[in-house]
Amino acid sequence: MKKTIADLEKIRMEALKNIELRNSKEDVRIVVGMGTCGISAGAREVLNALVDEISRRELKNIKVVPTGCVGMCRLEPMFDVYKDGEKVTYVDMTPEKARQVVVEHLVNNRIIEDYTIGKRAEE
Amino acid sequence: MRDISLHILDIAQNSINANASLIEISVIETDYDIEVVIRDNGKGMTEEELAKAIDPFYTTRKTRKVGLGLSLLKHNVELTSGKFAIESQLNKGTIVKATFNRTSIDCLPLGDLLETFITLIILHPDIDFIFTHKTSIKDYHLDTRELKAILNEIKINEIPVINWIREDYNG
Repeated sequence: MKKTIADLEKIRMEALKNIELRNSKEDVRIVVGMGTCGISAGAREVLNALVDEISRRELKNIKVVPTGCVGMCRLEPMFDVYKDGEKVTYVDMTPEKARQVVVEHLVNNRIIEDYTIGKRAEE
Repeated sequence: MRDISLHILDIAQNSINANASLIEISVIETDYDIEVVIRDNGKGMTEEELAKAIDPFYTTRKTRKVGLGLSLLKHNVELTSGKFAIESQLNKGTIVKATFNRTSIDCLPLGDLLETFITLIILHPDIDFIFTHKTSIKDYHLDTRELKAILNEIKINEIPVINWIREDYNG
């Protein structure tokens, strides 16, 4: 359906109500590889799945940002999760795996070891 | 690259790295070709840099020595006997124009253009984009500056806004 400006204004009013509920603190940072290698391996779909799952679960204070090629093109799509002062690198991602990471790592506080770079490098 | 929309996302990244504040992406489809134009107001390139821009073994990055995006795009355009052009002016900006001949068996599919637009907005809410997608039955135009004027203090990459853009594009 073609959307109207009135719809957009409604969205703005709704968003304004919620804006006070958030604080500007950033608890989690997710850095997604969006270089040529990442994009051709499927990073766009992975990133959009992450953002969608985070919003669906109404998780707050999570920032998703892009980075370029980090020199491990073979392991793309990949992203780093910075949480509680710790960095975890997830590799060989798919949209489904990315959604799992949001649920397990961000909601349940459990790192999915099988998807991390340490585990994959052993193979 | 599997499709043209992914190439566009990749090339737009160059504009962002060139500190562009406005990026125009236009895709015009006819029965015979797909014309892609990516124009930015970033820092541009010198003639010397421009000459090297499509060399697969050249990049301005200091940390690594390859920049493959433009040369991959040029290659995929030329496979279809299409046209590839890049123009740049220092401190003015850069224009990349790629015209794929879609009657060629080697022409990549367009892919999901909307997902590319949305990814750019999600990742770069502070950059302004003008998106155009024209086909024989579609004439889509989005200027994020117009949206931001309505949204004011609400960020353009808030999910309800993204959903609005999705529905507007598909409408």
